[in-house]
Amino acid sequence: MYVSVKGGEKAINNAHSWLSEIRRGDVNIAELNIKQISEQLTLSVDRVMSEGSLYDKDLSALAIKQSRGDLIEAIFLMRAYRTTLPRIGSSKPIETSKMLCLRRISATFKDIPGKQKLGPTFDYTHRLLNFKLLADGEYEKAKIEKYDDKEIPHVLSFLNKEGLIQKEIPSGKTSKDITRNPINFPLTRSERLQSLSRGDEGFLLGLAYSTQRGYARNHAFVGELRTGYVEVQFEIPELGIEINIADVMFTECESVNQFKGSKKIPAQFTRGYGLVFGQLERKAISMALVDRSMRWKEFGEEYLGVAAQDEEFVISHCDNIQATGFLEHIKLPHYVDFQAELDLVRKIREEYNKNEQRI
Amino acid sequence: MQNESRKQWLSYLATADENYLISLWDNLNMKIEYNWLREPEIGSIMVQGKAGATGDNFNVGEVTITRCSLNLDKKIQGHGYVQGRNKYKSKIAALCDALMQTEKKEIIKRNIIDKLIKYKNNKRNEILSKTEATKVDFFTLVRGEDK
Repeated sequence: MYVSVKGGEKAINNAHSWLSEIRRGDVNIAELNIKQISEQLTLSVDRVMSEGSLYDKDLSALAIKQSRGDLIEAIFLMRAYRTTLPRIGSSKPIETSKMLCLRRISATFKDIPGKQKLGPTFDYTHRLLNFKLLADGEYEKAKIEKYDDKEIPHVLSFLNKEGLIQKEIPSGKTSKDITRNPINFPLTRSERLQSLSRGDEGFLLGLAYSTQRGYARNHAFVGELRTGYVEVQFEIPELGIEINIADVMFTECESVNQFKGSKKIPAQFTRGYGLVFGQLERKAISMALVDRSMRWKEFGEEYLGVAAQDEEFVISHCDNIQATGFLEHIKLPHYVDFQAELDLVRKIREEYNKNEQRI
Repeated sequence: MQNESRKQWLSYLATADENYLISLWDNLNMKIEYNWLREPEIGSIMVQGKAGATGDNFNVGEVTITRCSLNLDKKIQGHGYVQGRNKYKSKIAALCDALMQTEKKEIIKRNIIDKLIKYKNNKRNEILSKTEATKVDFFTLVRGEDK
C-alpha cells in the first residue's frame, strides 16, 4: 500500500527564512547590489550567461546574488527564467570576423595582420595574491594608444588560402534547436556545438584535457583566440528591415590539429571550434578541443573508444543542470522506494537463514 | 521609404545604453499622443553562430529583447525592438522611430540619435585604443652563432 506522507511545511518555510537571512550575511556589512556584481564579478556573470544560455547581465548578477554565489544554482535560475520567455525569433548568423576585439591572439603565427593583442588577461600575471586589493580601492588605469580601425581577419583564413587546412563550408544540413526538440543521436555538428556552448565548463575542461593527455590522438594548437563585441543582426518582422538589435560579447577559439590524412582526405590541418558568450576563454578552448575530437567520423579517423570521441557520452553529460538535477534529487525523500528495497533484503535474508538452518 | 537610415536609427536605439537613452528622452520633455498596437513585451531571440566562423549555422544561446509597437495616427507607426528587459526603453525607441517619420525628425535626430551615435563611437574608440596599447611588438635577439 502506498501511503503518501505529508508534513514538513513549517520546516521548509523556516529553512527558507534562514536561507534568506544567511544570504544577507552580517548586516553590519554593506549589502551587495546587482550593479556591483555585474561590474566587478564579470567573469562569474559571463559564466552564468553562457551556461544559462541567456545573455542578460543584470539577470545573471541577480541569479548570482540569489544563489549566494553558487554558480550552478545561478545557472539553474537563468535556465528556469529563460523557459518563460516568448521566443521572438532567431538572429542572422553572427560575423565574428567583424568583432570589436578586446583581445586577439594566435599561438601558431607570430606576425599576423591585425597583430597580437593581449587585452585584459590573467596571462603573464604571477598568480600571487595581491594584498593591495585587501587594503584599498586603488587600481591602475588602462593605457591607450592610437589605432587603425580595420577589420581583423581570422588567422586560419591564411592557411585556408594555401589549402593547408580543412575548410569550413556550410553543409546544407538542417539542425534542430536542442532546447526545443528532443536529442536524437547521431547529432549534426551544429547540434553538438549548441550543446557544448551551454555545457559545463569544468566537464568540458576535463574532457579537453583528456584529449591532450592522449585519450584521443589530438595535439591541438590555439590557431586563434579572440574576445570582443559582435553585432547581432535581426530582421524586424513588421518591417523586413534587418537591424543591429544587440551587442553581445563572445569568446571564439579556433584550434588547429595536425592530421595525417585518411582514405578520404590528404594530409592537412583540421579545426575545432569554440564560441561562447562572455570572456570565457578556458571554456572556448575546451569547447574547440572537444568539438574536434568528436569529428573523428567526418575525417575518417580511428575510433579509439575514448570519452571525448563519444558524442553520446559527451553531449548527454555536459549539461550541468541536467546533471545536478538528477544527482541532487537523490537527497530528496525516497522513503517509499527505500522501504521496498528494505523489505526485499529482509525477505531474502529470511530465506537464506531458513536454508542455513536446514543444512 | 528610407530603409537605410531607418535601419540605422533603429539599430542605435536597440543597442543604446538604457539609462542614457532614458535621460536623453526625459530631458526633451515631449508630450506625445499615441495608441498601442502592441504593448511592451519581454522575450528573447536565439543568436546564431557559424561552425568554424564560416560553416553551418548553429544556435549559441538567447539574448533578452523587449518589443512594442504604437501609432501616432493611422499612418505613422513606430516599432521599439531593443536589447534587454526595459519596457520604458522599448517605448522610447518606438516613439523615436515614429517621430523620425514626422516633422519632429530633426529634434529627435539632433537630441537623441546623433547623441547615441556619438556615445557608441566613444565606447568603440575607448576599447580600440586600450586594445591597441596591449599589442605585442616582437623583436628578435641576434644569437651568437649567427655571426
